[in-house]
Amino acid sequence: MAVRVQEAPFDVGAEYARFAAGGGSHGVGAIAMFVGTVRSVDDQPSVNALTLEHYPGMTERMLERIEQDARSRWPLADALIIHRYGRMLPGEGIVLVLTASAHRAAALDACAFLMDYLKTKAPFWKLEETAAGATWVDARDSDDAALTRWTA
Amino acid sequence: MIRILYFAWLKARIGRAEETLTPVPPTVGALIATLAARSGGYADAFSRPEAIRCAVNQEFAEPDQPLAAGDEVALFPPVTGG
Repeated sequence: MAVRVQEAPFDVGAEYARFAAGGGSHGVGAIAMFVGTVRSVDDQPSVNALTLEHYPGMTERMLERIEQDARSRWPLADALIIHRYGRMLPGEGIVLVLTASAHRAAALDACAFLMDYLKTKAPFWKLEETAAGATWVDARDSDDAALTRWTA
Repeated sequence: MIRILYFAWLKARIGRAEETLTPVPPTVGALIATLAARSGGYADAFSRPEAIRCAVNQEFAEPDQPLAAGDEVALFPPVTGG
């Protein structure tokens, strides 16, 4: 189980290989992965770059808590959350979530749960750069709504 | 004394990332009211209190949460990570 908050890009292939290599002894039969990337076209005008600001200290604390919450809900053999901060370009990875379990339902559900909670509980803020200038991204009501499926 | 941290557009509008405040307001809501009453960027930053979120000592907090000397209080817009 691990949480990493970093400015540097992550290598999805290398992270997956390392994660998968650790699963052999845990009876793992399913690994789910999510990668969130910088969209070039959100609304108009198109996005040239994205800068993520965060609250050092609280970010790690919240991500670790979210991961512990997932572990208490599903029988996970392992989980990894990597979230970047700083400036990144369209197509670059922002966040990587990996979950491993014996069967697919737990791995897929835990991966979706981690993303839904992360988007509303982890202190990150996105600043979009477009040709018209830089604007802070507004929170989406749909992100709050996504949480309700885990609390029913 | 409390330490106040600002993030995202709050930081941009206020023009600083952090400051300290004495005396300590009784609650988070009282702190926001105190800051909103200031001139310049503060009035702009706090013109919509419903758009402000808060953490006290790195835990999310509501407006009625009491404050004490030594607290680290962060003020920011709703989060947009992921």
